[in-house]
Amino acid sequence: MNIVETKDVNFYYGDFHALKGVSLDVVKNSVTAFIGPSGCGKSTFLRLLNRMNDLIPDMKLTGKCLINGKDIYDKRVDVDELRKKVGMVFQKPNPFPKTIFENIAYGLRVNGIKDKEFIRNRVEESLKGAALWEEVKDKLSRSAYDLSGGQQQRLCIARALAVKPDILLMDEPASALDPISTSKIEELIFTLKAEYTIVIVTHNMQQAARVSDSTGFFMLGELIEFSETRKMFLNPSKEQTQNYITGRFG
Amino acid sequence: MSKKLSQQIAFWIFRILGVFVVGILLWILGFIIYNGIGVISFEFIFDAPRDGMLKGGIFPAIVGTFCLIVGSMIVAFPLGVMSAIYTNEYVRDGKISKFIRMMTNNLGSIPSIIFGLFGMALFVNTMSWGDSILAGSFTLGLLALPLVIRTTEEALRTVPDSLRVGSYALGASKLQTIRYVTLPAAFPNIVTGLILSVGRVSGETAPILFTVAAYFLPKLPSSVFDQVMALPYHLYVISTSGTNLEAARPMAYGTALVLITLVLIINFSASLIRKHFSKKLGGH
Ligand SMILES: Nc1ncnc2c1ncn2[C@@H]1O[C@H](COP(=O)(O)OP(=O)(O)OP(=O)(O)O)[C@@H](O)[C@H]1O
Ligand SMILES: [Mg+2]
Repeated sequence: MNIVETKDVNFYYGDFHALKGVSLDVVKNSVTAFIGPSGCGKSTFLRLLNRMNDLIPDMKLTGKCLINGKDIYDKRVDVDELRKKVGMVFQKPNPFPKTIFENIAYGLRVNGIKDKEFIRNRVEESLKGAALWEEVKDKLSRSAYDLSGGQQQRLCIARALAVKPDILLMDEPASALDPISTSKIEELIFTLKAEYTIVIVTHNMQQAARVSDSTGFFMLGELIEFSETRKMFLNPSKEQTQNYITGRFG
Repeated sequence: MSKKLSQQIAFWIFRILGVFVVGILLWILGFIIYNGIGVISFEFIFDAPRDGMLKGGIFPAIVGTFCLIVGSMIVAFPLGVMSAIYTNEYVRDGKISKFIRMMTNNLGSIPSIIFGLFGMALFVNTMSWGDSILAGSFTLGLLALPLVIRTTEEALRTVPDSLRVGSYALGASKLQTIRYVTLPAAFPNIVTGLILSVGRVSGETAPILFTVAAYFLPKLPSSVFDQVMALPYHLYVISTSGTNLEAARPMAYGTALVLITLVLIINFSASLIRKHFSKKLGGH
């Protein structure tokens, strides 16, 4: 079943045409990776799905963007509600200047949840889900800034999981991390797939090959090719994809 | 001339200028301390003036200045912080925020005596609060407002956008983001800026001249509608309008010393508060 469907999406930053007629579907409980040279529109596309681009003045969008069959750009859509359903993890870890516990609880609190017992359980569950619980369970009241970069990024994943989204968007979540933290995050993506649909942007081709079920290749705002990851890497149908994957440009 | 030599000459010029600035500061401080320390005593701090203000102390003026500091903080804080939040978080780089910023800067360059006149017209007369702590606090608060707005805006700007965006991504509204992420993260710097601004205006004479300051009033205030003595005005009075100016000199330097010490304590506590909070937040 397709949880995300986009049809002929065009996106503009002012006059700049950043996405050109992108149509793609994302299957529920799968991992979809986006690859492509810098500036080709991967992040822009990702931010469309939780309407983060709304924050940019002068932006324009045409085409259809459906999540669970509903047009997320419909006037009646509550953007805050949408963002609860579509969580996001950013390139650079961005924990709040609060305690570890409060970082995770934040998403619950802003959604009006007050039940302490419930919050405590959900914090533990989310930290376990992000494979961070064992490392932090004794220091939940310490500042999140006391954690290492890799731990901070898993904290941000836990923070996103705490509101129980359907979809998790990850924009180069491991690019600022060391190899060990990176492999931890990759393992995590693998286990999260059971419950969440994951869309990830990465510059690391091996990473895309390792973690994803489908891969989309973007170039200059166009979705050049979108197919099953195996096929994409073993036998791409477009020459541009072939060239990019084998490292002839990009 | 070799590159190395010219660099060294430049370096020495900077060093001399630096020492010069610090030197002037120390000289002023030293001068005030040297001349004022002699009259500082328990009586000077905790007694009311008497005998044509040549004897006794300056306690009513200390209390008065303290009231005005607190009062102007109460006026400037909510107004200044809300206005800074509006320009920095809501309208951001639009025309409106540019306009507001320009007006704030203009407000900040108006001479303080004009604030005094305005305060007298509006608070003392129109609102008929009379010469009072209330009128003085509002006048000083208005004077501090541009500074408070500017420092609050700076504090808000040091909060990285990644935090705001991270908050929105969890489904938080703009107001929730400001309330629970942006403001707490900026809080230490906001408070520091506020205290520094108020410390800055607490030494002003012109704004309180027509709005609150009493020439001689040994009684302590009992409500916000009372007049008070204030340190800067008291200093002005005993240095210019006594019957025996020579005899009043030591009292004047003592008053100056107390005023300077008060401002230094305020500045010092501002940096303590900042340290305290940034430690609590994990030193970011
Ligand atoms: N806020 C913005 N305002 C104007 N142009 C923007 C903005 N954000 C991105 N762009 C432009 O849109 C294009 C696509 O940017 P985007 O960030 O989506 O690329 P990307 O594929 O994620 O690149 P990278 O791999 O470097 O992260 C780029 O040319 C970029 O300069
Ligand atoms: Mg990007």
